[in-house]
Amino acid sequence: MTPRMLPGDIDPAEPAIPPTVAVQVDGCRVEGLQGQTLAGMLLAAGRDSWRRTRRGHDRGVFCGIGVCFDCLVTVNGVPDVRACQRRAHDGDIVELQGGDE
Amino acid sequence: MTRVLVIGAGPAGLAAAVAARDRGAEVVLVDASDAEGGQFWRHLPAQRAGRRESRLHHGWSRFTALRERLRADPGCEILLETGVWAIEPGERPVVHVLRGPADGGSRSRRALTADAVVIATGAYDRTLPFPGWQLPGVYSGGAAQALAKGERVAVGRRVVVAGAGPFLLPVAASLSGVGAEVAGVFEASGSRALAAGWLPRPWELTRVPGKAAELAGYAVGQLRRRIPYRVGWGVIEALGAARVEAITVARLDDDWWPRPGTERTLEVDAVCVSHGFTPRLELALAAGCALGADRFVAVDAAQATSVPGVYAAGELTGIGGADAALSEGAIAGHCAAGGHPDDRAVRRAVSARRTASRFAARLERAHAVHSGWTSWLSDDTIVCRCEEVTAGMLREVRAATPDAGLRSLRLTTRAGLGPCQGRMCGRAVEEVLGTSEASMDRRPIALPVRVGELADRETDET
Repeated sequence: MTPRMLPGDIDPAEPAIPPTVAVQVDGCRVEGLQGQTLAGMLLAAGRDSWRRTRRGHDRGVFCGIGVCFDCLVTVNGVPDVRACQRRAHDGDIVELQGGDE
Repeated sequence: MTRVLVIGAGPAGLAAAVAARDRGAEVVLVDASDAEGGQFWRHLPAQRAGRRESRLHHGWSRFTALRERLRADPGCEILLETGVWAIEPGERPVVHVLRGPADGGSRSRRALTADAVVIATGAYDRTLPFPGWQLPGVYSGGAAQALAKGERVAVGRRVVVAGAGPFLLPVAASLSGVGAEVAGVFEASGSRALAAGWLPRPWELTRVPGKAAELAGYAVGQLRRRIPYRVGWGVIEALGAARVEAITVARLDDDWWPRPGTERTLEVDAVCVSHGFTPRLELALAAGCALGADRFVAVDAAQATSVPGVYAAGELTGIGGADAALSEGAIAGHCAAGGHPDDRAVRRAVSARRTASRFAARLERAHAVHSGWTSWLSDDTIVCRCEEVTAGMLREVRAATPDAGLRSLRLTTRAGLGPCQGRMCGRAVEEVLGTSEASMDRRPIALPVRVGELADRETDET
């Protein structure tokens, strides 16, 4: 539980507080804010890895700007989506990728 | 009417679009992201827009002015969530794009043509490999920055920032700003390199008020927060079973070899590492643009590349920061629309570019990567993150086939053949293999395209 989001009510940038969205991540409900990327949502939920490499090692975000492809997830059945580049939409079904794929 | 296509809506691309419009051209501005601003002005999504977002940025009002100007201008079409996946050189270059959410399965394909193209694709962090850098909890500096500015997420509670270059300071500031404790900033360049880069001709620095004030602001912020800043130190290992639990830092000599006996272990839950930047060269190379000896896109006084009708601006042509990108972008847009660099309209931009390029030369002298970094690698250190190719495998194949070319070495080891296509490891692999005759920069398909999307009919536009 090491990454976390700065709560909006103490944020000096004074962000608008949008409606929440919920996605399913491997069957578990994860709540977040409209406008978050899937990676941002998972990190804000305290999770810092979600893909498993062929050799069985965990990966999450590395570059954060869509270049490294470490954060790939399956979204609504479409594999290899960069979680740091895709905004979360209410009801998205996210499956984690891993192993010999 | 001249039609100018600008690729990338960061500082350089925005400035290029405005300058091309000012010269009377019709402009199309494309960006893969769903918001303008690029990495420098990466910001909260519209749904979470900050009332005081300017507090997180330098030049925020400059950004919003450029953005609003273009949004209100019917002569400028802004295509966001539009990724360029290929570019065909020719008398009128054809730019192939995919429109829709990132990596989606049903993006639409379009082919855009223009009289001139300005490529302003920017750069991304170069992180040198070290043992454990593949562990969760290790991030590039740019990731920490993007997640702080765009998501308000701190990647850890107790974090170390390391690498080389002034970018480490805004990364540390952003981390503090989202509530992380920054346990230290470790700059690999020693005081000798820093002095050589920064001390000569100090009067030049007074001419870059934007940049100097930006850096001074970070330095003051550091002191106020009492973040330790050490020069001549590097992170040489990340430790942990499933994620980062600690890191090893060591004093580095002038060539970045760790000094034996200086190693120290720090308990952290995240480390953010950036040793400079790599230009996003795919599209420029696909268009046929020549590179300089520094492996950035070579441009003339008009920001024109070696290919007629193709211009480049910003970090793609050399790392100089946002001020350089803004001035280069303005010149590129103006000249792409038929102007000349001697014109009155770009006089200020030309002078700002001159100042900024001196600043870039200082950066390179002070913070350039030194070859001793390869001594951090043990045989089982992963170099290619995607294919999990280790330094030992690279060295072994190199030793077994000393005459093999880079292409053959890549096919044997699979280094650089994974999803990122060598974007992360390319230059590291080249250095570990000791190849100088070829590079891993060429990627004709600049963005992954799904087979189903390729099968769909492309819409042509002129």
